[in-house]
Amino acid sequence: MAVYRWRRIDPVPWAELRRPLASARVALVTSAGFYRPGIDEPFRRITGGDSSFRALPDDVDPRSLVLGQISDSFDHGPATADPNVAFPLPWLHQMAAAGEIGESAPRHLSFNGSITAPERLVRDTGPRAAQLLVEDGVDAAVLVPI
Amino acid sequence: MCTQAVALLAGVMESRGIATACVALVKHVAEAVRPPRALAVPFPFGEALGPAGDAATQLRVLRAALRLLESPGPPPVLEDA
Repeated sequence: MAVYRWRRIDPVPWAELRRPLASARVALVTSAGFYRPGIDEPFRRITGGDSSFRALPDDVDPRSLVLGQISDSFDHGPATADPNVAFPLPWLHQMAAAGEIGESAPRHLSFNGSITAPERLVRDTGPRAAQLLVEDGVDAAVLVPI
Repeated sequence: MCTQAVALLAGVMESRGIATACVALVKHVAEAVRPPRALAVPFPFGEALGPAGDAATQLRVLRAALRLLESPGPPPVLEDA
């Protein structure tokens, strides 16, 4: 890993939050590779990493999700026992109910984050994911690695 | 790798008008990749928002990440949880 060259964002884009957080529509983006078994395609173990994503509906039960992260460089135990460590959907709902955010987005996104060759992520699947959030009227996204 | 992936996604989303807040498990990766807004957390791989079962910590970190959305900038914004 010492010789790996991290990909630098330059210039760094900036989008002001369009409305106060208390009225903003917020989506979660996790890189834990969560997917719905029997509904979504599992993530694949391919060279450079699987850059695809799954859209998870806001009413999904996080405990029904499978942790699809390919990487074995971390302990899968915590996220398997408690998906909130990387996909805190119940906490987002709690904050919406309390008026801390406006509302939870209709769909949230799940990537498999062990991507060593992120070209396709940046050029293809990332922009498609962003477009999905735009179509859903999302104001802000919180991105959580694992 | 996960920190780089979400950081790069944050950049893509931000360039399309969506404000983003990124949790970073590895601070030096966030410094290198430069997502627009990032919160560096002190937790090990596998539990970015805090230990399994620790709802209070997870909520605190999520709130701290959301607060970054109201940062005046300029980017990149990188704070410690």
